[in-house]
Amino acid sequence: MLHFSKLKIGLILATLLAGVVFSLPNVLPEKTQRSLPSWLQPVNLGLDLQGGVYLLYEVEAETVIRERVASIVEGMRLSLRTSRIRYTNLGVVDGEAVVSIRDNARFDEALTQFTEIDRDALVQTGEDGQIRIGFSEEVRRRLFDDLVARVIEIVRRRVDEMGVREPSIQKQGGQRIIIEVPGLANPEDLKRIVGKTAKMDFHLVDASVDPIAAQSGQIPVGSKLVPGAPGQTSQPSYLIFKRVEVTGEHLIDSQPTYQDGRPVVSFRFDAAGGKKFGDVTAANVNQQLAVVLDGKVISAPVIQGPILGGSGIITGGFTVQEANDLSLLLRAGALPADLKVLEERTVGPGLGADSVRQGSISMAIGLALVVIFMVMTYSRFGVYANIALLGNLAMLIGALSVLGATLTLPGIAGIVLTMGMAVDANVLIYERMREEARNGRTVMNAIEAGFDRAFGTIFDSNVTTLAAALLLFIYGSGPVRGFAVTLGLGIMTTMFSAIMVTRLLVVGWMRRAKPKTLPI
Amino acid sequence: MFRIVDIFPPDSKFDFIGRRKLAMTFSALLILGTILSVAVKGLNYGIDFAGGILLEVKTPVTADLAHMRQSLTDLQLGEVALQGIGGADDQVMIRLQRQEGGEEAQQVALDKVREVLGPGVEYRRVETVGPKVGGELVWDSFLSVGLAILAICAYVTFRFEWHYGLGAMIALIHDVITTVGLFSILGLEFSLTTVAALLTIAGYSINDTVVICDRVRENMRKYKKMELAALLNLSLNETLSRTIMTSTTTLLSVVAIFVFGGDVLWGFAFAMIWGIVIGTYSSVYIALPILLILNYRDDSGAETPKSDENEVEEEPVKPAHPPAQISASPKPPTH
Repeated sequence: MLHFSKLKIGLILATLLAGVVFSLPNVLPEKTQRSLPSWLQPVNLGLDLQGGVYLLYEVEAETVIRERVASIVEGMRLSLRTSRIRYTNLGVVDGEAVVSIRDNARFDEALTQFTEIDRDALVQTGEDGQIRIGFSEEVRRRLFDDLVARVIEIVRRRVDEMGVREPSIQKQGGQRIIIEVPGLANPEDLKRIVGKTAKMDFHLVDASVDPIAAQSGQIPVGSKLVPGAPGQTSQPSYLIFKRVEVTGEHLIDSQPTYQDGRPVVSFRFDAAGGKKFGDVTAANVNQQLAVVLDGKVISAPVIQGPILGGSGIITGGFTVQEANDLSLLLRAGALPADLKVLEERTVGPGLGADSVRQGSISMAIGLALVVIFMVMTYSRFGVYANIALLGNLAMLIGALSVLGATLTLPGIAGIVLTMGMAVDANVLIYERMREEARNGRTVMNAIEAGFDRAFGTIFDSNVTTLAAALLLFIYGSGPVRGFAVTLGLGIMTTMFSAIMVTRLLVVGWMRRAKPKTLPI
Repeated sequence: MFRIVDIFPPDSKFDFIGRRKLAMTFSALLILGTILSVAVKGLNYGIDFAGGILLEVKTPVTADLAHMRQSLTDLQLGEVALQGIGGADDQVMIRLQRQEGGEEAQQVALDKVREVLGPGVEYRRVETVGPKVGGELVWDSFLSVGLAILAICAYVTFRFEWHYGLGAMIALIHDVITTVGLFSILGLEFSLTTVAALLTIAGYSINDTVVICDRVRENMRKYKKMELAALLNLSLNETLSRTIMTSTTTLLSVVAIFVFGGDVLWGFAFAMIWGIVIGTYSSVYIALPILLILNYRDDSGAETPKSDENEVEEEPVKPAHPPAQISASPKPPTH
C-alpha cells in the first residue's frame, strides 16, 4: 500500500494547491482583495468579527388568524340576522367560530350561507344544530406560511429602501425572521423602520360628540375613540367613525417633502383609491378626515374641497426624520402581521477588530506550539506532520472561503482546536510505526503497518467528532454554528492531510533515503 | 534531539485497572458534588439562556465602577452586575436582569442606561435576549448534548459491541456532567459557547475511548487466554504514549485560546482544558473498567467459544453474560 500512482500524487498536490489558492485572498491586503474575481474572495466574517446588528423577530401570525376567526363570527352574526334565523351560543371555541342554529328547519339554509363567509375556511356540522367554521391544519399552515412570506417581502423592501450595506434577511423556523446588517453600529434606525406595522387608513371624524365627553363613555355606535400620536396632533384623542373610507393598500407612492418650510409627506393612490378618495372628499367638505397609522391619529385636517387626481399630502407635526420614515413605510407597504423582537445583538466595530486580532494571535501561537512540539517529539516525521498541518490549515481556510461560510470568533476557536486535534492522526500512525518496529518488523513493514492499522482508528474517532459537530450545527445558533462549521470541515481536511499528505511525504523520503532504522 | 515521548517508556506497566475502585470513588464524588452544587447553587446562566441586557462599553477616561454601579442601581432595573474587562481600566461589562413587560421594557431600560452612561461612551456590544428565545436555547442545548452522546454511543456500538458503547456512554456522561459541575461550583458563566464546549468535549473524549477500545479488541484476538484485567492494562499501556501525546497537542492549542483568545472564548477554552483532562481520565478509568464489570470478552476471533474459565474466577459479578450469550452481537462467532 505504499505505492502512489502518478495520478494520485497529482490529485493530492492539486488539492493542496487549491487549498493554498483559495485561502490566499485572506492574507492579501484589502485593496488587492477587491480586484479579485468573485470566486476568489476571503472568508465572510461573522457579525461578531466585523461588527454589526443582528435582530431576531417573530411574526405574530397567530393573532392574524385569530382576528380572521373573529371576523368569521361577525360574518355569521350578520348573515343570521339578515335572514332572521334564530341561533344561540355564537362565539369562538378552540380557535373555531361556533354557533347553534335553533331553527332546525332552516339549518341547511344557514349552512349554505356560511360557506360564503370565508372561502379558506372549513364548515362542519355538529350535534344539536351546531355549526363550526375553522381552518384545517393544512389551510392554517398555508395561511401562516403565506403571511410570513409576505412579512419577509415587506421587511426586505423596507430594509432595501433604507439603503444599508449588504443586509441579510432570512426566515428561521416557521415564523421567525433574522435580519443581519454588518457594519451597522446602532440598531435603533433599523428597528424603528422594520418593526412598525404601518397600517394606514383614512376615517372621517365623528363631530357629533365632543372627544372629552366621548372619553367619559358617550361613544356613539359605529364610532371609536382613537389616541392622537404624541407630538403630531393637537388633540390627545379623536372620535372617528369605524368605517374605513380609504385604506393604505391603495397607496402607490409616497415622498417626504416640504410645505411652508415644514416637513410633510406626499402620497399618491392607484386609480381605485384615487376615485374613492375623490368621492369621500367631495361628499364631506369642511369635515375632518383622520389619517390613522397603527391605531393612532397622525393628522386630522379639515377637508377644504374635493381632492381629485388621487394624490395629496399629510401634514402632521412631523420632524424631518419622521416624514422620511413615514414616506418610506408607506412606499414599502404595511406589514400584514405585527413583528416582535425576540433577540437583539449589536457588536461595535472596535470589539470586532479586537476579536479578529485575539483570534489571529491565538491561532498563530496555537500553531507554533503544536509545530514545535511535533518536531521535538518526532523530528523528521514531525516536520512531515507539520507540513501536512499547514496544508490542512490552507485547505480548511480555503474551503471556508470558497463555500462562502461565515467565520465567527468561536469558528476561529474551532480552527485552533482542529490544529491541536489534527496531529492526533499523525500521532496514531507514528506510534503504531514505533510499536511495529519494536516488535521486530523492518522499517518499510513498520511504516506500512503504521499507516494501514491506524486508519480504522482515525476514521472511527473522527466520525464521532463529526457527529458532535453536525448536532451543534443543527441546534446551535449564530456564532456557535460557525464553530460547528469549522470543526466539521476541519475534521474532513484533517483526514485528508494526515492520511494522504503525510503518507506521500513519508513514502517519498523512504524511497530516497532507504532508511535502516525508523527515525522516530 | 530531546524527545518528550521517551519520558513514557514504551513498555510501561502501570496498573490502571487495579486502581479502578479508587478512580470510581473519585468520579462518584465528582458527580455527587456536581449534583449538589447544581441543586444548591445552580448555574450562572449567561444572557443567551437567562435573557436580559448585556452591554460592553469603553469609557473615554478610567471607568469609575463604584459610581457607575451606584447610578445604575438607582435606576431600579433589578439586579445590575458590573465588571471591568479586557485588562484595561476603561472597559466595563454591564449586565441587567431581564425586564418584566416584554420587548418594549428592555428598550426603555436600555435607553435609561444609555442616559446614565452619558455621551462619549463607545458601545462595543449591546445585546438583549427575551425569555422565549432563552428557554428554547436551554432546551435545544440539552437536546443536542443528549443526542450527541447517543449518536456517538450508537456508532461505537455499531463499530464494536454494545459493551464498549455502554462504557463510552457512561464515560461521556461523566465528562459532560463534571464539566457542568465545574462551572456551577466556580460560578462561571454558562452560555452557548459552554454548550459548544460540552459537545466538543464529548466528541474529543470519545477519541481516546475509541483508540483504546480498538486496541482492546485487537489484543483480545491476539491473546485469547489472557486475563481480562491484564489485557485491559496491556492495551492501556500500549496506547499510553499516544494518549498523552494527543492530549498534549490539543491542550497546547486550547491553552493558546485560553491565554490569547479574549473574554468571549475564555470560558470555552477553560471548559475544554478541563474536558481534555477529564476526557482522557474517563477513557482510562471509566470506559474500560466497565468492560471488566460487564465481564466482556470478544469471541469473534476465537476458534472455539470455550474460553470462559479465566473470566469467571476473576470477577465478583455474577456471570450474567457468559460469552455464549453474546452471540446476539452483530458479529457471530466464526467457526
